[in-house]
Amino acid sequence: MSGRVHLAGEGLRKEYDRRPVFGNVSFSASAGETLLITGRNGSGKTTLVKIICGVLTPGGGTLSLTTNPHDPSRDRRGLIGLVSPYLQMFDEFSAVENLAIAMGIRGLPFDPRAADALLERVAIFPRRHDQVRTYSSGMKQRVKYAFALIHTPPVLVLDEPMTNLDVEGIAIVRTIMAEQRRHGILVVATNDLSDIDTYERRVDLDEGR
Amino acid sequence: MKAASPPFRSFLRSAGSVFLKDWRSELRTRYAVSALLMFVVTTIAIILFSLGSEGASPDALSGMLWVVVFFAAMSGLSRTFVMEEERGTTLTLQLLASPGAVFFGKLLFNLVLVTGLNAVTVLLYGAVIEGFVIRTMSIFVVTVILGSMGFAAAATVIAAIIARANTKGTLYPVLSFPIVLPLLLSVIEATKKASDGAFFAEAAGEFQLLISYIVVVVVASSMLFEFIWKD
Repeated sequence: MSGRVHLAGEGLRKEYDRRPVFGNVSFSASAGETLLITGRNGSGKTTLVKIICGVLTPGGGTLSLTTNPHDPSRDRRGLIGLVSPYLQMFDEFSAVENLAIAMGIRGLPFDPRAADALLERVAIFPRRHDQVRTYSSGMKQRVKYAFALIHTPPVLVLDEPMTNLDVEGIAIVRTIMAEQRRHGILVVATNDLSDIDTYERRVDLDEGR
Repeated sequence: MKAASPPFRSFLRSAGSVFLKDWRSELRTRYAVSALLMFVVTTIAIILFSLGSEGASPDALSGMLWVVVFFAAMSGLSRTFVMEEERGTTLTLQLLASPGAVFFGKLLFNLVLVTGLNAVTVLLYGAVIEGFVIRTMSIFVVTVILGSMGFAAAATVIAAIIARANTKGTLYPVLSFPIVLPLLLSVIEATKKASDGAFFAEAAGEFQLLISYIVVVVVASSMLFEFIWKD
């Protein structure tokens, strides 16, 4: 992990073809805190997640992600891990190869033992050398967690984190979430409010509509 | 010699990994290579049957060679970005690499692909098309190398643009033609000179134009790519 990390958004807004998705969204979270993003379908949860991950540019406002001490070897992409239903793996490669590709493209060294440990943790280890295209949707979701965690990001962003998971998968994800809460920032976009008491910060995109 | 700075080394590693991912993916799926080879074989066969025993002038044959290369390249080189879009892995790449690393990784992959394609096309074309004779091999080799680089540079950025469009198949050649026209005219002219047996120095003008074209397209594309790639 990269020391203290702080994530803050100020007055964020986004439009698609001049149609406003959300406006004036502000939040902040530091290491050890969890940020919950809620809102009905079409309220812009996924759009906000993509803005936080740096793959979408906001229409206005500022977003900052800082670490202390500053780690020059990591840019924003190196500080964030994302798991979401719309994130796809390179499915002609195996789970291990996907993790090696991810580290290579991030410009970071790949440690096969760390990858094996991570795949063991998400219970994919026995099939780690099979092509991802042969996996079930639940297994693919588990690989996404390994993919998001392989570079030990201080910020873990989960969009609908339990999608396609069975009971065992949900238990694994709850453990990962608890661990991330201890070491860094956890951002969760969901409509499942069963654990709402465990989140320190909340952005409700339905507010002000 | 001064060692590369850590961010630059990381950039090179990242771009190299994008290239390796595409290369290994291509070896497994044969997605672009199959389409390109089928196109080349079919087109050359049609030219062969159309000419029959009548033959054509060396100038016309030089032009036809590059027509084959142009349409083959346009049918296959777009795959590098279109495939990412169709499989939904564009977001995955956006999360992993800077736009610059993606651009140069894909450019390198297209360069290798189009160089291999051109080598096969030239060998096949020279072997089966009667009357296509190269008298100054040095001009022809440099033309094929620079032409391959130019095609790869133009094709990469156009592929990134059309990957987001709904009418990918038809849009690609239409959008490409005006952009690669200066390249096509130069390589056809240089090939004619190679066919006529001109001295190497006589093709210097075409080579200067080709090098300028490659530099302009690569620099402009690398500056614009972030805007094409991100939103």
